[in-house]
Amino acid sequence: MSLIATLARMEALREGRARPLATVRHRHLSERPMVFVPLTTAGEAGAPLGALFGTDREEPTLLVVPQPRDRDLRFAFLAQLAQGMLPYLEGYADDVDVEVRKGKDPETGEPVEVERELCRDAPQLLVPNGSGVRYVRLLGRSMRFRRTAEEAPDEPYPVPSRVPLLGRWMTHFGERALTPGSCLLVSMTDLLSRHWASGQSGLEDQHLGALLAWLDPPPGVHGSEAALRAETARDERGLLECPPAGPATDPAFDNKLLAPAITRYDAGLSGAERAVRDLVGSQLRPTWDHVWRGLDLLRELPPGDRVAARWEGDRWSYTGHRDRLRAGEPPQPKRDDAVTAAAKLVRRETDQVRLDAHEALDDPLVMAERRLAGEAFAGEVVAVEMAYSEGRSPRPRPLVSVSTHDRPHVEPGTRVFRRLAGKAQEAQVAAAEPGLVVVRLVNQMGRGRVPAEGTVPEPGDVVCLTAFEHDPRPAAPLPPPEETPWTHGGPPGEAAMGASAPDPHTAEDYL
Amino acid sequence: MSTTLESRLAALRGSAPPRPMDARTLAALAANPGCGRRALLDAAGVDKGAVAEHLGRPAPFGQSQFSIVRGNAFEARVKADGCAELLRLLCERLGLPAPDEAALPDLSAVGPAGRAERTRQALEEATAAGGWSLLDHPMLRLEVAGSAVHLEPDAVVVRPDGRWTVVEIKSFPILDGCADPAKVGAAARQSAVYVLALRALAERIGRGEPEHTVVLVCPKDFSNLPTCAAVDVRKQLSVTVRQLTRLTRVEDIVSELPEGTTFDLALDDDRRTPRRPVEELAAAVDAVPAAYAPDCLSVCELAFHCRARAHECGAVEALGRGVRGELGALASVDEVLAAAAAGLGGAWQADGEGSAPAEHVSGGGCGVGGGTDAHGYAEDGGDFGGGDFGGGDFSGGDRRDFGDDAVTWRLREAARLRAEALAGTAAGGRA
Amino acid sequence: MTAPVGDPSAEAARVTEEILHDTLHSPRRGVVVDSPPGAGKSTLVVRAARELAAAGEKPMVVAQTNSQVDDLVKRLAKEDPRLPIGRLHGSDSPPDPALSELPSVVLSSSVGDLAGREVVIATAAKWAFVKDVPAWRHAIVDEAYQMRSDALLKVAGLFERALFVGDPGQLDPFTVVGADQWAGLSYDPSASAVVTLLAHNPELPQHRLPVSWRLPASAARLVSDAFYPYTPFRAGTGHEDRRLSFAAAGDGSAHDRVLDLAAESGWGLLELPERRTVRTDPEAVAAVATLVRRLLDRGGRTLSEKGTAALTADRIAVGTAHRDQAAAVRSALAGLGVAGVTVDTANRLQGQEYDVTVVLHPLSGRPDATAFHLETGRLCVLASRHRHACVVVSRAGVERLLDEHPSTEPVQLGVTVKFPDGWEANHAVLAHLNERRVRYRP
Repeated sequence: MSLIATLARMEALREGRARPLATVRHRHLSERPMVFVPLTTAGEAGAPLGALFGTDREEPTLLVVPQPRDRDLRFAFLAQLAQGMLPYLEGYADDVDVEVRKGKDPETGEPVEVERELCRDAPQLLVPNGSGVRYVRLLGRSMRFRRTAEEAPDEPYPVPSRVPLLGRWMTHFGERALTPGSCLLVSMTDLLSRHWASGQSGLEDQHLGALLAWLDPPPGVHGSEAALRAETARDERGLLECPPAGPATDPAFDNKLLAPAITRYDAGLSGAERAVRDLVGSQLRPTWDHVWRGLDLLRELPPGDRVAARWEGDRWSYTGHRDRLRAGEPPQPKRDDAVTAAAKLVRRETDQVRLDAHEALDDPLVMAERRLAGEAFAGEVVAVEMAYSEGRSPRPRPLVSVSTHDRPHVEPGTRVFRRLAGKAQEAQVAAAEPGLVVVRLVNQMGRGRVPAEGTVPEPGDVVCLTAFEHDPRPAAPLPPPEETPWTHGGPPGEAAMGASAPDPHTAEDYL
Repeated sequence: MSTTLESRLAALRGSAPPRPMDARTLAALAANPGCGRRALLDAAGVDKGAVAEHLGRPAPFGQSQFSIVRGNAFEARVKADGCAELLRLLCERLGLPAPDEAALPDLSAVGPAGRAERTRQALEEATAAGGWSLLDHPMLRLEVAGSAVHLEPDAVVVRPDGRWTVVEIKSFPILDGCADPAKVGAAARQSAVYVLALRALAERIGRGEPEHTVVLVCPKDFSNLPTCAAVDVRKQLSVTVRQLTRLTRVEDIVSELPEGTTFDLALDDDRRTPRRPVEELAAAVDAVPAAYAPDCLSVCELAFHCRARAHECGAVEALGRGVRGELGALASVDEVLAAAAAGLGGAWQADGEGSAPAEHVSGGGCGVGGGTDAHGYAEDGGDFGGGDFGGGDFSGGDRRDFGDDAVTWRLREAARLRAEALAGTAAGGRA
Repeated sequence: MTAPVGDPSAEAARVTEEILHDTLHSPRRGVVVDSPPGAGKSTLVVRAARELAAAGEKPMVVAQTNSQVDDLVKRLAKEDPRLPIGRLHGSDSPPDPALSELPSVVLSSSVGDLAGREVVIATAAKWAFVKDVPAWRHAIVDEAYQMRSDALLKVAGLFERALFVGDPGQLDPFTVVGADQWAGLSYDPSASAVVTLLAHNPELPQHRLPVSWRLPASAARLVSDAFYPYTPFRAGTGHEDRRLSFAAAGDGSAHDRVLDLAAESGWGLLELPERRTVRTDPEAVAAVATLVRRLLDRGGRTLSEKGTAALTADRIAVGTAHRDQAAAVRSALAGLGVAGVTVDTANRLQGQEYDVTVVLHPLSGRPDATAFHLETGRLCVLASRHRHACVVVSRAGVERLLDEHPSTEPVQLGVTVKFPDGWEANHAVLAHLNERRVRYRP
């Protein structure tokens, strides 16, 4: 955590409510997101207990598994989930722009123009917290290798059709969520804690109810008190007044209410199913409302200038997955091959650098953190001295002196950048002493001997220079998987293909 | 443990029966080794959960009966048919052919000491016999700071070559070869304690070779079929060994407590209702220095009490261990805010209360923060350089440069930059 | 662990011959060489490159940073001024201007321009952009333990076989984004290149350079025990072969006493009173600067197998964990009128060698230890740069800090536990330093 963020938390602690960590919104918010609040059964891996989901705040769909150990009931739940979610997830697939890119003819290698579709918008799945994101991954994993009766007539426990497809979408969204700054699947706690500092630790911020208590405490109540209430207040039955935001349930709820209700359901008592449904719904609804409340707060912030550009990356990701489904590719394997893993890592690193740069350029409060860290500096131009490069056709290389309170970690030769008409203008530090940095501008000044109008700052201008690049360069290419070198085990063989085999079953109804 | 210490600890516990230490509490020593409060209460066998409850800040821990049922069912499945499946898995993991038969010695006896003795015999016999044996829920004994602690691993396997392997059965899944790293870490720390106890036993009986790689048995993927993984616990072993030797510091903590301190809940005749005045109990708890950090919330029953105290003191650790890194010697939120306020031309003093620079609130006074100040810098001679601190200018009251100026400068800068950005006057960003 | 016997030169020469033999003649596609600090890694790389070139193999050489590449080019050109060398570089990262003075070296950002050169040297990052060229028959990969697995994946298609050389004890490669999902995979892209290579090719011949020519006898044992517990090495020189002395006697100050102690025993710890401080603890920084000033003022002289020499500023380095600490030390040194002393972080001191080092302990004055500060490689780099002596400056209380460090590390299945553990290595080094401690109260 940066010192500025620490300070913000301390301010929040003193004032009793959250304080801003950003002046703009750094994440894309869909106009029509789908909120998904799942609950899982304690002790079982990937046995859903129920979920609230939908795009309409007032009318969520409630799905409940009255006996989570019953395979048929679980499959019925997943089928209904697929039925409810897939139209939304697939609903952006056909509205496309066509982009023309330069490419190579696969036969001749000649440069040709390649048309590529890009979906104009993409779905956005919002879950309450980080465990919710991981649960989407887990659900995706549990569904995508299942077989339907149509696919495999001999399958002893076929799943309803469309369930494996939902598994593949959830896997894709879960995987994309690991990319820094991506927005196809995001958690509300992450969104809120990116933009506001509560008066508690990051660990405690994982509790959506407590975090919202800091953002929006009842009148006259200190945030820490409101948060404590959200964490621990129990009603006369011993149940948490603010149920956990899932997917884990409150053990007291399990033991005191849910277990007896499921026992009654097992005994076939009338109204028992309804009772389980109401109980699970009662645990889900407060979290559902919290997620939408969080969304209200986020929508009050204006979006950062570069948010849309990053959302385009999500749209490409969505379009790419659409294309793989349409091409009939098999489900994502259980584990990545060497090339895919390396490609993802490199991609995420590039995206992290880009996100950090974008946020700083979009938001003076983020830039302040970089300035304090010595990675950028701002100040007033106090002198501009014209100079030229050596050589036959000298180019302008003006020296700009910037007076600053900042203490950047720069030395002569350090490359620095400033924003100029939507691009990054590069400069080289010529001299640095406390309070004054002299830089030599090296590009973006036009083609002539005289710099183009407005490309060189003037005395009195306030400038901000960063020691980080504004758009990271693309990483070096990786070989195709079939050319995986001997150092990494050679091309993935049949063994890797078996990585998409279905999971074993047991006859019992335990998972 | 000296008898005086033992009796002091008994007095601290009061009339309640002791909660014996087990592998979990021993493993927990490493979770926050700087916390004297936890070390002392665990050593004294105090029921921290009951204390927290009476203090009005119970920890919201609990276990769902669903997971208990599932865990028991899984262990029963793994150990069905004379542990045949378990042995098959184990041999597969070790690359050995599964034995036709393995001995399953009966370990039942009266009381933990009796069971520990029975386990010793069984291990000795099994090792001498040179075949496969599987000890189901053996009882091990470990001397900790002078007293005996009894430990019960899920199983110990004796191999024909005399090697002993600890087996832990957990109900979290191994999915595509991966398991929750936090849960595996906890299992590794717990297993390391068992390995330690086995080592002590092997040394005592002069045979047997406890392995530092333990076997974790978990459900595979989404099924209830078992699978297993080997976990190297050498790191956890070395940490545990060191922390166990440090347990002697409990003696120092006890010696600094006021005479008559006790955590007795003074249960009523019904043996359930505590009658101890809450303030009195709180005073006793707070007399023991703690080192609260938010990580405690998920592992220690007293954490909500300690958090409340940390907040009252404005301890910066309450916002996370990591925040201290840039704050130098500043230990309280008020101090930090006061130092930062100077960067805003004192603007903060005007609004809101509590902005006046606080007296130096060190950890010690509040019982949190665990030794933030210079202390224990005894001028003991005997090292190279003897007792005199070279340099000569060793005059106490001088103003010393601890870097507080640097902290203050950075805080002021942070406050200035933050205020500028929020006021929309900053350069950079959307400029 | 058996005590080393025999003549270190002969032992080292024997191992080098084996390595070169395997490099030129092994039927396997790779050879891995572990090189502890100062064991002659660069010498080996230069020699292997020359022998491969002499055998008509025209090797490519992969190093990790531009300065490593530049250093290798200079060394190679110096050893064999007639060997045609190609230095491949990025278009916006020009090589050291000194290289253009070397007649045998051709510089280019395009590999096509370097086709006829006997040896072509570039960073892994630059090699990764080379494509559509016939594969090299031989490559030498330098600092292979600092290379990430994904970087090797990008360049391994360029060569048929390779000699991998590196120091397993230095700083591991890392990533700032999450890579947990690949933990336990043999080709985890965030792991070290050597880990991946050996996981897939366990049959490759592995060698270890057995002798450190840099570290004095006083340091080799400690560094070997603390950081290379399963792959011990020894010093190439005996206790009597290296000597550090001062023309001027000490003035009785703590600084001078700790310098005398370090001159005599190879190590010294200047311990300041316990205090929680900022990273740029001014008292500790001042103590570091004063130590350097006194080293120079007292007319240090070094005696070694290379002869006697004055201890000059360029033979002294200051090592820190963080950049701002290095900056603070630099400005403190400037304030004392000291110039020419290298001050840098562990990352940048990797591979460097000095006569005397002054180290600001990574845990000095800290409220807690973090994974960064506990990283084994960081301490190893700082404690293994010197030929004569290393003086550590630290606040008291580091031992307690280590003891109170919460040990709740997650454990990933299938990941080989790396030894030594930073926590244990820190304890080991501290225990050794505590016996050579001078307390100092500013």
